[in-house]
Amino acid sequence: MTDAQGPKQPLAASAGAAPMVEPVPGAPPRNQWWSVWDQFKTHRGALLGLGFFVFALLFVYIGPLVWMIDPQFIDIRARNSGPTLAHPMGTDQLGRDTLARMMAGGQTSIAVGLTAMALALVLGTLIGLVAGYFRRLDGILMRMTDLFLAMPLLPLLLVIIMLFRDHLRITFGPEGGIFILIVFVIGVTSWMQTARVVRGDLLALKEREFVLAARSIGTPPHLMILRHILPNVMSPIMVSATLGIANAIITESALSFLGLGFPSDFPTWGRLLFDATDWLQQNPERVIWPGLAISLTVLSVNYIGDGLRDAMDPRIRGR
Amino acid sequence: MLTFTIRRLILAIPTLLFISFIIFLIVKLSPSDPTAGLPLTIPPEVRAQIRESLGVNDPLFVQYFKWLKLMVWDEPLHLFEGWTGWNAAPDDGARIISYQTRSPVTELIAQRMPQTLWVVGVSYIVGVLIALPIGIISAYRQYSWFDQIGTFISMLGFSVPTFFTGVLLIVIFAVNLGWFPSVYDTTHKVTDWDSFIVQLKQSIMPVMVLGLFNASQMSRFMRASMLDNLNQDYVRTARAKGLGERTVVLVHVLRNSLIPVVTVIALNVPAIFGGAIITEQVFKVNGIGQLLIIAIQSGDIPTVQTVSFIFAVLIVLFNLAADVLYGVLDPRIRYD
Repeated sequence: MTDAQGPKQPLAASAGAAPMVEPVPGAPPRNQWWSVWDQFKTHRGALLGLGFFVFALLFVYIGPLVWMIDPQFIDIRARNSGPTLAHPMGTDQLGRDTLARMMAGGQTSIAVGLTAMALALVLGTLIGLVAGYFRRLDGILMRMTDLFLAMPLLPLLLVIIMLFRDHLRITFGPEGGIFILIVFVIGVTSWMQTARVVRGDLLALKEREFVLAARSIGTPPHLMILRHILPNVMSPIMVSATLGIANAIITESALSFLGLGFPSDFPTWGRLLFDATDWLQQNPERVIWPGLAISLTVLSVNYIGDGLRDAMDPRIRGR
Repeated sequence: MLTFTIRRLILAIPTLLFISFIIFLIVKLSPSDPTAGLPLTIPPEVRAQIRESLGVNDPLFVQYFKWLKLMVWDEPLHLFEGWTGWNAAPDDGARIISYQTRSPVTELIAQRMPQTLWVVGVSYIVGVLIALPIGIISAYRQYSWFDQIGTFISMLGFSVPTFFTGVLLIVIFAVNLGWFPSVYDTTHKVTDWDSFIVQLKQSIMPVMVLGLFNASQMSRFMRASMLDNLNQDYVRTARAKGLGERTVVLVHVLRNSLIPVVTVIALNVPAIFGGAIITEQVFKVNGIGQLLIIAIQSGDIPTVQTVSFIFAVLIVLFNLAADVLYGVLDPRIRYD
């Protein structure tokens, strides 16, 4: 209704006052991201997933401001306690508060997920763009991608971490070193899907008229990629970003669970789960919290990815 | 078809060479000293001699080819000799020796392979058997309550990591209910019905954890592939000429939809070996994955290299199998 009345109002105004008025467009052209959001809203799972992911972010980043117990504080008299008023999620074998440790662990887990995803995304997009745009590099870059896909990633990750852990610890400190190492190894071993998708899309885009038009007015390659091609391959990149977060969180927890991730005094959700398995007989509920946190976060991110994929697909959108 | 297979086989060799080089290089480039574990009382010049005898000072490529020859030629021959009793292996005594046990790595792996193959194999079969019917019914009754629940569970299945489902199953069935043992006893021998029941009980949890994880991925593929085919023209033709619904779905559509799924089944085999590393750790199965973890924790580099190389060979082999299988099943793929 409002849209249909839009163009009439300036006409009515111009009839009374000034005769010459610039033609005002009825409604400003809608940003495409609004229609993506409209479609996204209809996906119930994706909306729930987004809600939970925001909740998880608030829990781990705002939570410590509310729940002020130090995650490292050792209260040995309250060790191995179940849920009480003082410790809603109980305590571990040293009497450290599990709720505070869940918040601290979540910060690291989510930070690893986001940073490793960003690294993988940048690498994958770069390689995909270069391979798709410059034909001469295509063969060699795609062979490299295939080789990376054929590598036994989990054993290699474990080997790299085993070999380089101590040296990075000495250089960057116990926490920074292992963070850099884990983000780096997850990033450089999970860019391949993004690169393939970006290259595939780009090969199709290159044949389109607007690219030809841009080239005919002499657009240099770097502007061509940045202004014309990158915005058009944004949607597969964003979908693989969500999958990348899920993958990075799972990989990091798996590494921590195998005892090769973060140390126990600088916990992540995976490490908390690993530490809790030793106390399965006495304190079985301790494994539930970190496991639930990992699973729900990954589930929510996967649902966001599902919703995004549907919302970004113009063939489905608007139906 | 033969040329297609041979071409793929030849292409697989450089891939394997490259991966083996990377595995070799990562270990070589790492700032660790092979004599670090020896007693500190050894004088430096003797230490230098030990390094010399270990070949540390040789050029990188010489070291790599020596290692590669051991890995792909000598060790398989020794294994062959062990199985058949023929005198096939070279007698110069060069083997890949584990730092931990001082025995050849191939023997360690041969000891641990059966447990891994049993758990992984059974769980894979269980996974496929669960996934296929769920995928077929979900696609055939798209958006029904069965489909909704099925897709939700499969989403749950591949979001929840195996180390959590495994621990959760232990908490519920081993700690609280006491139905199944939480540790997989590999020394257990099946001799009669009772011991078979014990074997079944201890395998249920690891097999289900891995099997459900696989089933969740596979059922999504099956569903998507069925949906692609259900709207094709040939399905309408089949219905129009009066074929029964059962024949249309289970013969015409299913056979065509299985083509991509079969390749996915083949492609996922290496991933499940990776997943077995974690599952073996959870249920204390002393398989090849646990061997890798123990070797990594104690810095046993030869074992780590060999196990990683075996994983790489598995990946390349199953990729090859998937390619060839695709060519066999779908004549459009063969380009000969």
